[in-house]
Amino acid sequence: MQFERYGKGIAKGLRVTIRHLLRHPVTVQYPEQRLNTSRRIRGNELIWDNIKCTGCATCAKSCPQGAIQIISSVTPEENKYRVEKIEVDTGYCIQCGLCVEVCPFEAIYMGYAYERAKYRREEVVQTNEQLLPSAERRRSGYMYPEIAAELPRQTLLVERITEEK
Amino acid sequence: MAIANLGANVLGHLATLPPDWPGGFWWHWLLFTVIIIAFVLTLVMGFIWIERRGMARMQARLGPNRAGPFGILQPVADAIKVLLKEDIVPSKGDKIVHWLAPVVAFAPVLMIFAVVPFQDGALLADLNIGILYVVAISSISTVGLFMAGWGSSNKYSLLGAMRDIASVVSYEIPVILSLVGVVLIAGSLSLNQIVLAQDIPFILLQPLGFLLFFIGGCAEINRSPFDLFEADSEIVAGFHTEYSGMKFAMFYLAEYAEAVVISAIIATLFLGGWRGPILPPWLWFVIKVIAVFFVMVWTRTTLPRVRIDQLMALAWKFLFPLALINLIITAIQVLTWPVALPWVIIPVNITIMALLVLLWSKFFKLGWGRVAV
Repeated sequence: MQFERYGKGIAKGLRVTIRHLLRHPVTVQYPEQRLNTSRRIRGNELIWDNIKCTGCATCAKSCPQGAIQIISSVTPEENKYRVEKIEVDTGYCIQCGLCVEVCPFEAIYMGYAYERAKYRREEVVQTNEQLLPSAERRRSGYMYPEIAAELPRQTLLVERITEEK
Repeated sequence: MAIANLGANVLGHLATLPPDWPGGFWWHWLLFTVIIIAFVLTLVMGFIWIERRGMARMQARLGPNRAGPFGILQPVADAIKVLLKEDIVPSKGDKIVHWLAPVVAFAPVLMIFAVVPFQDGALLADLNIGILYVVAISSISTVGLFMAGWGSSNKYSLLGAMRDIASVVSYEIPVILSLVGVVLIAGSLSLNQIVLAQDIPFILLQPLGFLLFFIGGCAEINRSPFDLFEADSEIVAGFHTEYSGMKFAMFYLAEYAEAVVISAIIATLFLGGWRGPILPPWLWFVIKVIAVFFVMVWTRTTLPRVRIDQLMALAWKFLFPLALINLIITAIQVLTWPVALPWVIIPVNITIMALLVLLWSKFFKLGWGRVAV
């Protein structure tokens, strides 16, 4: 309150607040409304390509948390391993992306999801079919420049329109 | 239309019945008590909603929007929550004073509405000393606040109460002096007569008086930027630190009811009260009250809290001399201004206000470092 400036600052402040009254609030009503995520997000889910995967378990070895478990069996007629069970405990996953980086057959990807919180511990664990790619579970561009090249350019999230669910 | 008929009834009966009985007939008292309580409580809820939603929007937030459409039931939800809370009394506190304080703080606020007209003659008691009554009663709340500070036996409470006393004592003077200008023009202390005298709203005839009354009123009822008595970043919650449950609700209610009162008095004295075209008078009154309160919310959102020395300096160095000068100028104008030129006085007075505010802000520098007390 500097009155030696005859209240000019006050008038400026009043103008700022009344302009904020007329603008759209920045708050997002999260469960009903959500911001469009960046296309370049590295989400906290893993996507597993069961065709490319050879069951070498390099991902399981690289995982610093030991969150990936692979059980495979030998199929002598095809002369290769068959993945019996791949299990990712996303509760332990720290989204470091090491498994994606080390995979020699490009069989594992990071996804887009960021809402993997569950009510029960068992629901956090994802196994075989739950890890497969689908329309909802698209691959993100992390570690795969050819996917990233097709994505639109990054913008500020605030400028993005919120969508009603 | 019940109120309109009632207003006509009041005027009709005033001539025949003894003048010492408020309004002239017995059910008038009952009816208006009910109306006033309902009006104040409804408007308090509305004000809480306006304040929280409006302030949120001014800060680019949304505000409470879960309870009911647009969060309109949020005050109700808050009230129920507060009612269900445990009532805690400090073991070393003065229990009777602690118990009595919320009532003492809240009751006078309702009493003020006895003289505020909702329509021509539609008020509980058309006292011919209306403004004097308002000024006298509004100071009693301060006693309640000090009782709260004392009875809590808590340093923060006492500090808040002390600040309240200091500021109310200081701000009463410019507030009353700025009211006297209105009284001089209207030639009456009755609020109803003052409204009837406002062919031109007094905000145009008394712009400086309005400014001083608005600032002083905000300070007296503890609105931000002058909310030093419950400055949460300095003294926890001020005088109601030790209050919870229903007693806290009473203080909360009193705080907003005081805002209703000051808005209503500003609307009555400066904005023409219930007068206005087309819409029914009581609606005009409510609209004006809400408009004044909106400006209060606006300033609250915008301005940061002043320090206690700035609060005192603003009262004594800025508001007080300007109120005196305003009073003298108004008196001269009332005596000498030709009756034929009522509209010319408006630009003159606005120029005088601008010059005085500019001059005074050049004279006094507030907010320059610490002041050793």
